Amino acid sequence: MPPIVDVQHLEKRYGSFVAVEDVTFSVEEGEIFGILGPNGAGKTTTVECLQGLRRADGGDLHVLGYDPRVDAKPLRRQIGSQLQESALPDRIKVWEALDLFSSLVPSGQPWEIVMDQWGLSPKRDAKFGNLSGGQQQRLFVALAVVNAPRLVFFDEMTTGLDPMSRRVTWDLVRQVRDQGTTVVLVTHFMDEAEELCDRIAVINEKRVVAIDSPDGLIEEFGGGATVTFSTDAADLGFLDLVEEVDGVRQQGRRVTVTGYGALLVNVAAALVAHGLKPIDLSSHRASLEDVFLTITGEER
Amino acid sequence: MGTFLKLSWVNLKLFLREPLTVVFSLALPLIILFVLGGVFGNETPQPGEDVVFRGIGAMSYYVPAYVALVVASVCVISIPTHLASDRERGVLKRLHASSVGVWAVAGAEVAVACVLSVVSGAILLVAAWLVYDFEPAESVVVVLGVFVLLTLGFASFGIFLGSILPTARAAQAVGMLVWFVMLFLGGAGPPPEVLTGAMQTMSEFTPLWHAVLMMQDAWLGLDAGLSWLIFSAIGVVSAVLGLRFFRWE
Repeated sequence: MPPIVDVQHLEKRYGSFVAVEDVTFSVEEGEIFGILGPNGAGKTTTVECLQGLRRADGGDLHVLGYDPRVDAKPLRRQIGSQLQESALPDRIKVWEALDLFSSLVPSGQPWEIVMDQWGLSPKRDAKFGNLSGGQQQRLFVALAVVNAPRLVFFDEMTTGLDPMSRRVTWDLVRQVRDQGTTVVLVTHFMDEAEELCDRIAVINEKRVVAIDSPDGLIEEFGGGATVTFSTDAADLGFLDLVEEVDGVRQQGRRVTVTGYGALLVNVAAALVAHGLKPIDLSSHRASLEDVFLTITGEER
Repeated sequence: MGTFLKLSWVNLKLFLREPLTVVFSLALPLIILFVLGGVFGNETPQPGEDVVFRGIGAMSYYVPAYVALVVASVCVISIPTHLASDRERGVLKRLHASSVGVWAVAGAEVAVACVLSVVSGAILLVAAWLVYDFEPAESVVVVLGVFVLLTLGFASFGIFLGSILPTARAAQAVGMLVWFVMLFLGGAGPPPEVLTGAMQTMSEFTPLWHAVLMMQDAWLGLDAGLSWLIFSAIGVVSAVLGLRFFRWE
């Protein structure tokens, strides 16, 4: 099956300012694909080009088989969208917004069903301006899927939400995917990307610098794993021979083993085999945040 | 078509939920009309007096003029403010992302302006009819035709302003400014005959001046020449420029 989104060397300029220089990635059907990057890296520009809201200046773009530069209109009918910095009029009621947006694409589901499905029925007659941040995101998600799209774009959904609402919003995103819709998620939150995404493209300074699963990125850029423990034993030479160990450092009783892969298990097995059972054996693995900072080269 | 109708209906409801805008668009022209009525009365001028109000009673002059003015107030203040506010908040961008076209957005603005113009025009006429003894319309059909033309022309002008003005605040300020300048120079404030030469020249450039003449001509069976042509030209140019400079964000 061809990828649902295929971008090759996307380029976008605003006058002389280059917003995106060389963005290449593809999204497979059914996954949650994250686009992660610092502010101003070109994330929003990228997804807006994919939706045909901005015109790409260079590169090959294919979304659901359409070129967004040529077939923006039929494309937009088949995708769902939650835009950054986009709102509804304060005085529009929840049901009116659903009714309006469902009427845009006649092939979609009846809005009453969508309203029930996304738990908005209790807020049917509430005005948009009176909803909490989390409820507004719930409505945006419902509006994005009201036309039963194969692909949705979510751009910075949880910015400004409290931790509770963020969790709820994450559940909504998973729910969208579980219904078979492919999700492209733009975020600058590491925890969000790590929690939700099957694969992540890291965009930095206008280009894609890494694409992998969260685990893959950590494995590749996280500087491996570290295992520490304390012991009185003097000769730890056997540890150098253990599989996937890179180095052993001993400072008094404190021992630090660096390596990769399933380091903790391997080290533990070797220690037990040599009759050592340290009670403070622990493993530290780089988080996605560490990886991100490594890749984007920012100071900690 | 479905999109256009639905969007128009939602916009109309949203407009009615903004009490201040409703009061302003509908009530202000009415208040000014009654002040003018109190000041000028409705005496038909005697032979030998200076000719003001095109030689007819003040209220016979002002009532048709204010029918034109309420259309201008709906279109020149409400449309730009609403359009710019929707753009500023990202509503237009969101509609665009769901493939709503520029024609549906602009069309919905015009449709709402039409409904509001009819309602406010009717309120104005009924209120004036209860209080003043002004001349009835010569031809209801011609008056209605002119009314439609005025609404389309002013709505285009409003969409033009809404397209070029970046924010809702700017749109509201400019809309009000344009409206008040038109009110005083365009024949809906002091009688045009008392304006200085320079003011009269400026008034020729306001769409309201031509709108007022057209409505009075239709109402009273007068003929002031090419106003309909000039007004239509302003409307067409506004529509073209409005669509040309329309931005989603």
